[in-house]
Amino acid sequence: MLRLIPVLPFLGFLVNASFGRRISRRAAGAVASAVMLASLVVALVAAGNLVGLPNPGRALVEPAFSWISSGDFSVNATLRLDPLSAVMILVVTGIGSLIHIYSTAYMDKETDSEYARYFSYLNLFAAFMLVLVLGSNFLVMFVGWEGVGLCSYLLVGFWYQKESASDAGKKAFIVNRIGDFGFLLGVLLAYVRFSTLDFQDLARSASALSPETSFGTLSLITLLLFVGAAGKSAQIPLHVWLPDAMEGPTPVSALIHAATMVTAGVYLIGRNAVLFSHAPITLTIVAAIGVATALLAATIGLVQNDIKRVLAYSTVSQLGYMFLAMGVGAYAAGIFHLYTHAFFKALLFLGSGAVIHALGGEQDLRRMGGLRRELPIAYSTFLVGAMAIAGVPGLAGFFSKDEVLFQTYAGGHTLLWIVGLVTSLLTAIYMFRLVFLAFHGARGEEPGAAHHPSHLHDAPPAMALALIVLALGSIVAGYAGLPRALGGSNRFERFLEPSFIVSQETRRAAGLQGDLEEAETATASLEVGLMAVSTLVAAGGIGLAFFFFLRNPRAADDMVNRFAGLHRVLANKYYVDEIYDVTVVQPIRIVSEDGLWRGIDVRAIDGTVNMVGETVVGSSEILRRLQAGSVRVSAASLFLGVVLILGYYLWR
Amino acid sequence: MVPVGACLGLSAVLFGIGLIGFLSRRNIILMLVSVEIMLNAVNVSLAGFSRQLQDQRGQVLALFVIAVAAAEAAVGLGLVLALSRNRPGVNVEDLTQLKW
Amino acid sequence: MPPGITFGDFYNILPELVLTAGSLVVLIADVLLPRRSGGWLAWITLIVIGATLASLVPFRETRVEVANGLIAVDQFALFFKVVFLGAAALTVLMSVRYLEIEGASPGEYYFLILCATLGMMIMAGGIDLITIFIGLETMAVSFYILAGFIKPNQRSNEAAVKYFLLGAFSLGILLYGMSLMYGLSGTTNLRVMAMTFAGQESDPRLILAVMLVAAGVGFKIAAVPFHMWAPDVYEGAPTPITAFLSVGSTAASFAMLLRIFLEGLPSMKPEWRVLFEGLAIVTMTVGNLAALTQSNLKRMLAYSSIAHAGYVLIGVVAGTPRGVAAMLIYVLVYAFMQLGAFIVIVLMRRQDIVGDELKDFSGLHVRHPFAAFAMLMFMLSLGGIPPTAGFMGKFWLFGAAIDAGYVWLAVIGVLNSAISLYYYIRIVVFMYVKKETAGSEPTMSPALGIALAVAVIATIALGVYPRLLFELAEASARTLGAAAITTAIR
Repeated sequence: MLRLIPVLPFLGFLVNASFGRRISRRAAGAVASAVMLASLVVALVAAGNLVGLPNPGRALVEPAFSWISSGDFSVNATLRLDPLSAVMILVVTGIGSLIHIYSTAYMDKETDSEYARYFSYLNLFAAFMLVLVLGSNFLVMFVGWEGVGLCSYLLVGFWYQKESASDAGKKAFIVNRIGDFGFLLGVLLAYVRFSTLDFQDLARSASALSPETSFGTLSLITLLLFVGAAGKSAQIPLHVWLPDAMEGPTPVSALIHAATMVTAGVYLIGRNAVLFSHAPITLTIVAAIGVATALLAATIGLVQNDIKRVLAYSTVSQLGYMFLAMGVGAYAAGIFHLYTHAFFKALLFLGSGAVIHALGGEQDLRRMGGLRRELPIAYSTFLVGAMAIAGVPGLAGFFSKDEVLFQTYAGGHTLLWIVGLVTSLLTAIYMFRLVFLAFHGARGEEPGAAHHPSHLHDAPPAMALALIVLALGSIVAGYAGLPRALGGSNRFERFLEPSFIVSQETRRAAGLQGDLEEAETATASLEVGLMAVSTLVAAGGIGLAFFFFLRNPRAADDMVNRFAGLHRVLANKYYVDEIYDVTVVQPIRIVSEDGLWRGIDVRAIDGTVNMVGETVVGSSEILRRLQAGSVRVSAASLFLGVVLILGYYLWR
Repeated sequence: MVPVGACLGLSAVLFGIGLIGFLSRRNIILMLVSVEIMLNAVNVSLAGFSRQLQDQRGQVLALFVIAVAAAEAAVGLGLVLALSRNRPGVNVEDLTQLKW
Repeated sequence: MPPGITFGDFYNILPELVLTAGSLVVLIADVLLPRRSGGWLAWITLIVIGATLASLVPFRETRVEVANGLIAVDQFALFFKVVFLGAAALTVLMSVRYLEIEGASPGEYYFLILCATLGMMIMAGGIDLITIFIGLETMAVSFYILAGFIKPNQRSNEAAVKYFLLGAFSLGILLYGMSLMYGLSGTTNLRVMAMTFAGQESDPRLILAVMLVAAGVGFKIAAVPFHMWAPDVYEGAPTPITAFLSVGSTAASFAMLLRIFLEGLPSMKPEWRVLFEGLAIVTMTVGNLAALTQSNLKRMLAYSSIAHAGYVLIGVVAGTPRGVAAMLIYVLVYAFMQLGAFIVIVLMRRQDIVGDELKDFSGLHVRHPFAAFAMLMFMLSLGGIPPTAGFMGKFWLFGAAIDAGYVWLAVIGVLNSAISLYYYIRIVVFMYVKKETAGSEPTMSPALGIALAVAVIATIALGVYPRLLFELAEASARTLGAAAITTAIR
């Protein structure tokens, strides 16, 4: 049954890819949405079956086929559903279905064949994402890992018509090469060390060890895996590609670059929680990178003027929270935040999509304003999303973010907690800045606003449906993990715990906080206190945004003027792109193009060859004319190779 | 009787001449001739070894080398002919359409 | 009959005899058939290849030395022979349309392809310097002519002359090394040589011989720094020949390399291991980095094939049966993905367009979805992404390296495949993302369709179900001078 979950979207991909041009767009959209819904139903049934199993070690395992087997080594293409992957498949199929439905309306301006192509990529993406989360070993996961990356390129590039736009793809390429390198190396080392690639076996082998207090193999493996995770999940310093990926259609941003693919890195750490728990050094790095990313991205989000870019940096920032949770060993809290974030961030993206759709492609916040009257559905749902992410009590984001911050504090990481809290203040500010600039105030403060059509259409039914369902989700999703301190039983995390079984001794030895229950009962009052602080922070942030961006916009300009330098740094995203360009992109280009290709192949080999040639031939005049493509250079290179090799052996 | 050392010495000198010739000549035909000299150096050393070892296989190999060298020369000249039909001259330095 | 050669010897080289006879049939048919009947000739050639494949069947279990140790008939050779014949068949399939468009009369084209294949088969079976040399030259001379087959085309001329000159030069070096090996051991038979050389590893003359031979072989597999001919020749030669050269010739040279070094020089293992280790690293890295900035697909694939030779060299460094098995696996899967990519390039060749520039591929998925999908698979496979065959090949190679204690060599390999994905995926993006198109619509011919389908199916099937291939490769690898491998000194 499990294999149906990825296979159904894959069938949708096949249908749309092969017959897309021959069937009507209505049919193409319907097929794509239907397979996702069917996959959701299967996922629900599977999750239901899973819950029905006895608790410790509950899992559904379905070997698809024996993939590689040779001697003592074998890898099976096995799917495995445990609580962690159950949450992931529900998020992917659930949010995925909604986004497919939303897209049927959003993409209505495309030609028929483009429309079918879009849906075939979207289905393919979902299939790979489901393989990624259902795989029971690194190899199956890697299939999904690369597959979603490929689909991401294809979908981001969906609207590329100009040459300049391919730069965004290039950046994503380079960053993901670095990430993949880390990932593969980590997998390779894990195999060398443990002789298995199965997550269960790895966890079993690792739990027999004691945590590494100094930097050792486990730390290296996990660190490399984290490099992979950081590439996929846009963590510092590999975050540069995500904002550029916003060039793609908005539903794609919602699905791939907010709700699912970018969380794969978090999932990777959750999946290997045992390994990571045995490498406290890596965990510290994960937490530090996570919180730094959260803060940095939030500050950049403050000054962006493109509605989708604000949301993109917000995603990076929220992913930082998830990594923070992972880093302090609060795996369940991290996944909880992943799950609630999927709702409200998808909602925010789709809401911004409704705005962009209504304005005919306008994405600049400065040219928006006062949209709340014309787009009531988009406005009200967007507001719910903004409140959820800002941490307004009672909404999904409040519970999960608070859980992360609480676990951070309870684990004794006060500094991380403070940074996290500051970030949540910034989150409230930038999010409500967005709300106020787009939906409140007056329109037409900037040139270009006049081009808006006089009457704007609110979200069409398919889009409205998705928005409303997600808004409801953003309100209620958090109650699945209602903390004990508020009279709940933290059912969500309790459900997830078996996926992260880490023994008490390990936890203590690794400096992670102890048992969840123990922590909860001991510090219920602390948790309530922290919640109160967060609530105040959220309220303060919203208030500040209200003051600066609605009540008194000039104050905001004053601030910009007063801190012009800081503003410039933020507006330029800390110049990370420029730094990359100078330190990574140019050197690689120079090394490969000017260096190796023209240089080594042409210049250096030629040059060295020239020298040998002089001694051999005794004629510099001829050799100066040597150039690439010359037979004599090639021959000399061959001869030089022999001389070098012989020289090595004689000298040795 | 010629000692084997002399054979090998001759072979090495011949090989060096061929090698240097190949690396220094610009005329394709002369480069071809240089290769032939290198192959003949091989033949000399094969014959020398064969004689020293009282083993026929070296001579067999030398015979094949001679045959192959002839075939190569034929093919090489054919290629040069085809080349010069499209553009005059047999200067190897002119072969730079394919580069980088 | 000469002494020592029996009728049984002739039976054991039946596939080679069938191929020789078949190639003569093709040559005669070319004279007898009316002009402009390239299609017929191609089908006759395919039948000859099929017959040769069929004649391999009785030798599935055979393990003998033929004619006093001139040629070995074993599963190692068998595996390679299947690869050569398969590659030759795909090459013939993609040649029909190409020759038509280029306006070249097929003439001796198909005959030469069969000759080259015959040479490769002899190289794979050769355990004597004489046979290896003859096989090598049969293959090489055929390729010299084939590379220059489009006579009115200056680029084709240039490629042929370059290949010929450098090939002849490297042959001289290789032969000089071989003559020294003969002189030092007193035999041309590799297996006897292995015994004579045991214990005299430090003889500088022997080291000189080994290095000269390594350079000659390195030229054939296009290992850096002996690689400079490859990009030029690949770009200029007719596309099907480029494909066959990069797959068949490279594979045969690897077979020869394994025969010479694992069977003939096992006691020198510590010496040549260091050499190939260095070559592997430099070759992978230079190949991949140089490929990054190419905009001509044939040239890019040339550098990429240099890089792949570097990966395969990892298996030589490992030197274990597992490493050899990994090389066999890689050579086979590489044949399909590389040939497949060239089939797509041939498909792109139309009257009005050369079709090997990157921009020719933009928007291909709209114009020809199947070709685009096939190319996607080949690129993913070349880049080593599961579940394609290329991933399995790399996985096995790197696994073998780790097994033999060369973890960091595997690390460099992984780094290189991460780099290489960049330029492979760039092609995918051009095909699936860009919209502007160039030239007329590509149209499929039946032969191209069959070839493309075979290559795609193999690329996917060997990635999804690699088990059979693994077992075959391991069984074959074990027959490569089994005694030699086990007695090798680590």
